Amino acid sequence: MSTPAIELKGISKAFGPVQANKDISIRVMPGTIHGIIGENGAGKSTLMSILYGFYKADAGEIWINGKKTEIPDSQHAIRAGIGMVFQHFKLVENFTVLENVVLGAEDGALLRPTLARARAQLKKLAEEYELNVDPDALIEDIGVGMQQRVEILKSLYRQADILILDEPTGVLTPAEADHLFRILESLKREGKTIILITHKLREIMEITDTVSVMRRGEMTATVRTADTSPPELAELMVGRKVLLRVEKAPARPGDKVLEVRNLSVTDDKGVKRIKDISFEVRAGEILGIAGVAGNGQSELLEALGGYQSATGTILVNGQPIDLTGSKSDGRTRRDRGIAHVPEDRQREGLIMDFQAWENVAFGYHHRPEYQKNRFLMDHAAMKADCERKMERFDVRPPNPMLLAKSFSGGNQQKLVVAREIERNPDLLLVGQPTRGVDIGAIEFIHQQLVALRDQGKAILLVSVELDEILSLSDRIAVMFDGQIMGERMPAETTAKELGLLMAGIRGEAA
Amino acid sequence: MDLMTFLQLGDSTFRLSTPLLLACLAGLFSERAGIFDIGLEGKMLAAAFFSGAIAFVSGSVWLGLLAGIGASLALSLVHGLASITFRGNQLISGVAINFLAAGLTVVVAQDWFGQGGRTPQLAGAARFQNITLPFTEQIGHVPFLGPVYVELISGHTFIVYLAALCVPAAWWLLFRTRFGLRLRAVGENPAAVDTAGISVVRLRFVAVGICGVLCGIAGAYLATALQAGFIKDMTAGRGFIALAALIFAKWKPVPAMLACLLFGFLEAASIRFQGQPWPGIGRVPVQFMQALPYVLTVILLAGFIGRAVAPKASGLPYTKER
Amino acid sequence: MQKMPAWADVVLIPLISLLLAAILSGLVILAIGENPWEALKLMISGSVGSSYAWGYTLYYATNFIFTGLAVAIAFHSRMFNIGGEGQAMLGGLGVAYVCLFIPWPHWSLALIGATAASALFGAAWAALPAYLQARRGSHIVITTIMFNFIAAAFLNYLLVNVLKPMGAMDPATAKFPAPTHLPSLHDILGAFGIPFSKAAPANVALLVAILACVGVWLLVWRTRLGYEIRAFGHSESAAKYAGISPTRIIMLSMLISGGLAGMMAINNVMGEAERLVLNSTEGAGFIGIAVALMGRSHPLGVFLAAILFGILYQGGAELALWTNIPREMIVVIQALVILFTGALDNMVRMPLEKLFLAIRRGQSATTAGE
Repeated sequence: MSTPAIELKGISKAFGPVQANKDISIRVMPGTIHGIIGENGAGKSTLMSILYGFYKADAGEIWINGKKTEIPDSQHAIRAGIGMVFQHFKLVENFTVLENVVLGAEDGALLRPTLARARAQLKKLAEEYELNVDPDALIEDIGVGMQQRVEILKSLYRQADILILDEPTGVLTPAEADHLFRILESLKREGKTIILITHKLREIMEITDTVSVMRRGEMTATVRTADTSPPELAELMVGRKVLLRVEKAPARPGDKVLEVRNLSVTDDKGVKRIKDISFEVRAGEILGIAGVAGNGQSELLEALGGYQSATGTILVNGQPIDLTGSKSDGRTRRDRGIAHVPEDRQREGLIMDFQAWENVAFGYHHRPEYQKNRFLMDHAAMKADCERKMERFDVRPPNPMLLAKSFSGGNQQKLVVAREIERNPDLLLVGQPTRGVDIGAIEFIHQQLVALRDQGKAILLVSVELDEILSLSDRIAVMFDGQIMGERMPAETTAKELGLLMAGIRGEAA
Repeated sequence: MDLMTFLQLGDSTFRLSTPLLLACLAGLFSERAGIFDIGLEGKMLAAAFFSGAIAFVSGSVWLGLLAGIGASLALSLVHGLASITFRGNQLISGVAINFLAAGLTVVVAQDWFGQGGRTPQLAGAARFQNITLPFTEQIGHVPFLGPVYVELISGHTFIVYLAALCVPAAWWLLFRTRFGLRLRAVGENPAAVDTAGISVVRLRFVAVGICGVLCGIAGAYLATALQAGFIKDMTAGRGFIALAALIFAKWKPVPAMLACLLFGFLEAASIRFQGQPWPGIGRVPVQFMQALPYVLTVILLAGFIGRAVAPKASGLPYTKER
Repeated sequence: MQKMPAWADVVLIPLISLLLAAILSGLVILAIGENPWEALKLMISGSVGSSYAWGYTLYYATNFIFTGLAVAIAFHSRMFNIGGEGQAMLGGLGVAYVCLFIPWPHWSLALIGATAASALFGAAWAALPAYLQARRGSHIVITTIMFNFIAAAFLNYLLVNVLKPMGAMDPATAKFPAPTHLPSLHDILGAFGIPFSKAAPANVALLVAILACVGVWLLVWRTRLGYEIRAFGHSESAAKYAGISPTRIIMLSMLISGGLAGMMAINNVMGEAERLVLNSTEGAGFIGIAVALMGRSHPLGVFLAAILFGILYQGGAELALWTNIPREMIVVIQALVILFTGALDNMVRMPLEKLFLAIRRGQSATTAGE
């Protein structure tokens, strides 16, 4: 048996009181694609960041190609032939592609010769691996798919033999993801070693040779992909049997609750993010909006939620709502029966430095039940309300006095969902309800959404997880480039067809 | 207004723009690297005192200049420690540095010289002397160009010429070298620099150090060239005007020079026409002229003359995300 | 899980920071050839050693409570208001107009009128920077600094050219009429039979300042507006999601901040000088920054920090009188306090957090072992 390209022995890492990695050992063979799978917060990214020298391990050894190697910083990782494509790209937005590629790998003190050599090198790499990018384009002007190529090029330019990719397909359309996998296959044929971090079972099964499973900071198993199955991996990830599908009865749609007519949104930079879209959501149904991140879904939620100005018409229960002016804000929307679980709970849904009881009133803090008199708020009522909601939604620990940031991702999300669902809204806007949430909380939140639907409420669900859209929605609309590419019934469509729509290709349906 | 008045006005514009320009470039290096610095004022003040004091004691303006740079660098180090190493609030650190300089200079000046917080008058080799450029004799007689050369271009101190040279040098360093590329990158996205294997901390400390050196020269200029000695609070808000010029210039060296010349001109003009009617405008209260640069800055900041976009990571301490 | 107990955050860290600032200040005093211990004794006896001393200490503290609250309330909405100095100057102008041009029958009415005018003028001076920040994104730190300079020039102009009485030499307004003179602590405490120095300037404005502390506490932690200000201060994006208007919060918090800074004038202009002079604020607006940082933006903390700075200020004046240590030493101490409690907070915090973590680990290890 040949020496492993990478061998980690007994790696441990704690962030303050949180143990992110516990005594992890792993061997990755050269010229293979090795998957690392686990739930959010399982410690996958931390482990790989340690290998790349971004974090320093508290304990453990790193062996590269059979040699013990110290990696105190990324410079050492790069010298050891390791490249990493982070989930959130590490690119300088107002630099060109070329400048980003050479940053940190310059030939000498002057830029001109470096840039000339890099230009030639980039051309060669582009031909070798189908990695075409305009070297003089600014990063802020190119799409995420292109940006990811720049990240890969950065590693190849530094002659990396080992390439780590952290959740690389999250921002890609299915077609782009296929293209990425073809690139990874050709890199593997060149003898490069690839580590793929993901939480998607499908990707593991599709491309990896071996797979390691992580759970709560520990490595639970490493198996040959050919010898395992998705249910087995899921069980290893979660530690128990998992229901991969949501149980729900057929929908019984009622009256139109939300009608959107010719809605357009232009952002601060004057770019049109939503282009004249129309759709409706009825009582008792879940409309899923599928699409790759950044195609206008966020702006749609913001516009409906009242904090993004828009043009067009929005009717709620047949009555128009103001899209501009002082009556166009979150408070007015809530008063009209629209509740909103936002895409990013840490930036929008919660105040991380507020205690839970303050957060549970957030957005509804002007409601009479929270006021003691004209001037003062009723803290006792707010705390009691929080305790009730925590119990009903099984938030742990059920302590209203804790700061929001001290809860786990799943419990934070439960706080938000509890706050919004318990308002008994006519229309619930939900963005990425299960992003960064453990599987237990995912199941719980999905059940709550379906239950709300069965009470005859309208739900607009935005998610980039196609599986989530397919299993929850009663009707699916696909967004691409600010437009709705088409609507499908989940029973009558396939992931493949939706994937094409997400890439802006209408095909025979047009 | 005759040519001579005009030339004299231009001459003092150059003199008065010099400290602004040096401070502005100092701020440019710091902010391009992502470190917000409202402590320019304090660093200049400290440098002004120590350069004046050491120049007086040693009789050498060059030793004075070194002392000024040293004092300014020491404060830079404090700012670096607070904002880079300990990831503190950069605005608060800058405010503290301004007060530290304002207080310490007077306390030490009183202890050393006992003249109520000032240094004794500097003379001779303890000051920067005006440099007469070559060929003034020969060119001086040429109509128009002659007086321009003699009055406007020639006859400044070393630091005025140094400041002028700093502009192309800063441009070249920022946009044509590896160091500049990295510096600009760390001010836009430090994570990109970190993952490329470059130390964010070291790069930012170097930038803050350059800022300290330039502020040091600016302060030394005030005490040993523009005036003959240190007086209490002699920077008089120049550090803040330099900051305003930096914003006006959108963090670019050449526009920075133009902005500083504008502010220098305003100051020169208000001195020139103090107590007498302005050509074409009439009598203007002296307080209005004193306030004008600040009013102008507010108008600039209000974005009515183009909107300034600061380096993206400026003012933010760098922490590896979790 | 919290990294360390709340009391360490609120009490221990400021105390350690203060100690560090004190040690460094002592070194500076040592370096200029004075004895820090003697200096400290002199400062303490000069600031709290007699009712006369207390009268000055509390007078200064009153100024700092107002400016400290001003900076603190702005901090809650994540605005850094360095413009307290200018806003307090304008507050003085408001007081001067009200006292000079309205015939007040009694000081109590005059106090109400002057408080309103000072708050109004101070708030007005904060309004434009606030508006520019809210609507045009102009950095409020820079604009408020600029407004300090502009205020100084503006007051200079008014005092020299407009408000100075005919024939007077120094740039100041006329003396305010007698009915506007505020009772001093001597008068107030005397009414209860408590003797207090007659010469000291502390006056009824101290009570207004204490009321302001209570008011700010209620506002920040008990009202909807306070809730929204804090929410906005922690997360602008979340505030927008919740339907809280950023413009409204920035404007309101800055207007309140400017108003509080302006209210300082009822103490120094109306209570002490009884006329408006040039540079009446004497840097109190800036000390508000140190006071707010030290007091962790909490009214009680601000109150205590203001007393501390009152002691420093009065003690520093005594030092300047009796030793070779100039008054500017106070500015140095103030700078060090800002530096350690504000900018170098993590220098103290990080080792402490590690310490508490280690203690907790040790404890849980022993519990596990049992």
